[in-house]
Amino acid sequence: MTHSPGEMMTVAAARALKDGDRCFVGIGKPSTAANLARRTHAPGLVLVYESGTIGAKPDRLPLSIGDGVLAETADAVVSVPEIFNYWLQPGRIDVGFLGAAQLDRFANINTTVIGDDYANPKVRLPGAGGAPEIAASCREVIVIVTHSRRTFVPAVDFVTSLGFGSGPGDRERHGLRGRGPQLVVTDLGILAPDPETCELTLTHLHPGVTLDQARSATGWDLRVSPGLRTTEAPTETELSVLRALEGQEG
Amino acid sequence: MGDITTLAEAVARLVHDGDTVALEGFTHLIPVAAGHEIIRQGRRDLTLVRMTPDIVYDQLIGAGCARKLVFSWAGNPGVGSLHRFRDAAQHGWPVPLEIEEHSHAGMANRYAAGAAGLPFAVLRGYTGTDLPGRTATIAPITCPFTGEVLTAVPALNPDVAIVHAQRADRDGNVQIWGITGVHKEVVLAARTSLVTVEEVVDELEPRPGAIVLPGWAITCVAEVPGGARPSYAMGYYERDNAYYREWDAISRDREAFTAWLEEVR
Repeated sequence: MTHSPGEMMTVAAARALKDGDRCFVGIGKPSTAANLARRTHAPGLVLVYESGTIGAKPDRLPLSIGDGVLAETADAVVSVPEIFNYWLQPGRIDVGFLGAAQLDRFANINTTVIGDDYANPKVRLPGAGGAPEIAASCREVIVIVTHSRRTFVPAVDFVTSLGFGSGPGDRERHGLRGRGPQLVVTDLGILAPDPETCELTLTHLHPGVTLDQARSATGWDLRVSPGLRTTEAPTETELSVLRALEGQEG
Repeated sequence: MGDITTLAEAVARLVHDGDTVALEGFTHLIPVAAGHEIIRQGRRDLTLVRMTPDIVYDQLIGAGCARKLVFSWAGNPGVGSLHRFRDAAQHGWPVPLEIEEHSHAGMANRYAAGAAGLPFAVLRGYTGTDLPGRTATIAPITCPFTGEVLTAVPALNPDVAIVHAQRADRDGNVQIWGITGVHKEVVLAARTSLVTVEEVVDELEPRPGAIVLPGWAITCVAEVPGGARPSYAMGYYERDNAYYREWDAISRDREAFTAWLEEVR
């Protein structure tokens, strides 16, 4: 089966989730990927949504984080103060799954405003939501984002959620307990932070994507792992499960 | 207390120009009909508070009811942007909109402090982000026991809290179940409150996991069947996802929005 770049991105993100992980899921691509993982290699994945649903097992893709199907199928439904204070803040969640409007080389995330002037932005984005504390407190973070010069910028216009700040040691200085973004999955490939410098480094290109394509879609001089590999193409099972999921979307 | 009244009377009695008003609802049980009543009664200069301002806040902002928005995530969930909010924030149409921006964790803790009668709440959050530099109501605080630097946020005590719920009895006791968001916290944090309900019944049948807010903790209760549409009320009706998508086109265009507004008024 042939696949689209978006499908490759979702499948690659789903594969990054391990069976049994407790995963704090945002709506959109993260939710699609997490639901795909639960239907393929990770049936024991625990889906936690910021609406307060813990262990949701939706039989279709939810259209929003507060979709009724999440509450009906969850192990527990708790209030919003509880989900943040008792479940996220103490470090009970393994993986936080975030999107980004802008991302820089240290995986700092902007979902607040585009433009230098906060009071008069070029584009007003939705804002922080649960992301700053998800980025701070989950054991690790996976970012899923479309790869382009609009998103992969030299410096984000606003730090909504901290990745590695300005480099090594920054997270620790700010007292953050999670390890930060460990993986960035795009429609072109996969990036991971360099263990020494924390700078995002291209580790995988998706099938058919060239290094030049990835470089020209990145707003900084993209570092490339010496062991750069090609992502395994989606299997027929992954694609058919994904398409069935997306076909059901409310 | 827990006075059973009509929606129009409750809004007239509780919501005044210049008030700080929180209409809460975390995707579920959003008090949409109450928002439309505020538009109809022409309130102005409101400070609107909500974690997740969505369609009904886009409508209130587009109608010129708001002077300021206190929030943590403003969007049309699963669809995209709030165009009336963006137009007000970026272009000052129909009136300029001041914003005070938090994270969900910050807002939830502000309500919890408000409900607890405390001046502020403490959380481990915001550090390293640009939010503290832009929002005066976020400040560092040192733990007196461990010396750890944390974040303090002041209590939120709105003049009026408005939420939607499934049921009330004739004494004005309210029962809520499903995703309950910050319903309990915002009602207990506010100086006055209005709960719109799907139905008023003789007796509240017990529901596992449901919250019951006693009538004496609520100012007004109004029976408004369908009062959360296009959001949903678990046990009564589903979310109208198609309407959320349709709103994108209506709200993108000032003229289309103005035509929508004429119908509500």
